Amino acid sequence: MDFRGSDPTDSGTISAGSSFDTIDTGSSGAVSAGSSSDAIGKGPCGTVLGPRSEDILPTTATSAVKIVIVGGFGVGKTTMVGSVSEIRPLTTEETMTRAGVGVDDNSGVESKTATTVAMDFGRISITDRLVLYLFGTPGQERFWFLWNGLFEGALGAVVLVDTRRLEVSFDVIGRLEERGVPFVVAVNTFPDAPHHPAEELRKALDLPDEVPVVDCDARLRASCRDVLLTLTRYLYALSVPPG
Amino acid sequence: MRTPPRRERGNPEADAGDPERLYVITGGPGGTERAPLDLVTMIVARDEPSPTVQPEQAAILRLCRAPLSVAELSAYLSLPFSAMTVLLTELLATGLVESRAPVVRAALPDRSLLEAVMHGLQRL
Repeated sequence: MDFRGSDPTDSGTISAGSSFDTIDTGSSGAVSAGSSSDAIGKGPCGTVLGPRSEDILPTTATSAVKIVIVGGFGVGKTTMVGSVSEIRPLTTEETMTRAGVGVDDNSGVESKTATTVAMDFGRISITDRLVLYLFGTPGQERFWFLWNGLFEGALGAVVLVDTRRLEVSFDVIGRLEERGVPFVVAVNTFPDAPHHPAEELRKALDLPDEVPVVDCDARLRASCRDVLLTLTRYLYALSVPPG
Repeated sequence: MRTPPRRERGNPEADAGDPERLYVITGGPGGTERAPLDLVTMIVARDEPSPTVQPEQAAILRLCRAPLSVAELSAYLSLPFSAMTVLLTELLATGLVESRAPVVRAALPDRSLLEAVMHGLQRL
């Protein structure tokens, strides 16, 4: 399958482009351009906020891939998603319960402790056919791994770390390893954070030599793009059969 | 310089007390089998909403005139992912929408896919 797009003319940001102009967005109550976010949550019977007209994907965009950004609370995952996303980041969520409620067991559901796991995500149109989704996970890291399908099929993951609280990344890295999800480590450079040489970090995080460790600034689009490129190149290297 | 803390491998007790998925929204008769939908499965409407479909499903059909991922639908409709899969399973069964499964990571990732992602990112 060839994922290369037929329209290489887009320059700069990918989101806007003439290829979207042909999409008919008129006469739809569901697509309301430029509405404020408070329209979200009014329910499907009222006006449902849809993508802004410039965010509507071309009809050819039928292939999607995902990358998950993980890390401890407050490390900048949502910031990173927002920095590279072509759309205003959105939030999806899933509800889970602490006790093992069976699928068919409706009794007593209300007495269980339900946990809502929220996931911020953004989107990058790679070509007119292929779309990359980035999922960032605010807090509660131990819950994401119970979100079936979040990591399954992901191309890979970015582990964002804050050197002031390196230990919050330990659990996440361990779980990615268990699941066989390839990842790179990106050190979000907070101004007051201690700077450790990459090799010292690698040792502290107990990472194999081949796992890339890079510095980044989650607020900057170019920096986040470079992290994603590092991950993609790493995946590419992994795809070469050893020989 | 301060030495960073060290990660220790393996932490089996971390799994104790982990929650399981809660199914609160059910759809379809008798909780029929759900379509295998991923967060990034792309959904496209094949038809306009008819007067008989549920309001939520009509909203999905309007949103999906252009392709949208299940995650985006979930966000715009403020419905949890599992609730979206229930609604979409019905729409798929009736042929009102079609879905395109995501390109998943295989044992050996598709190199042309990775090349396309690299080129796309470089244009950012």
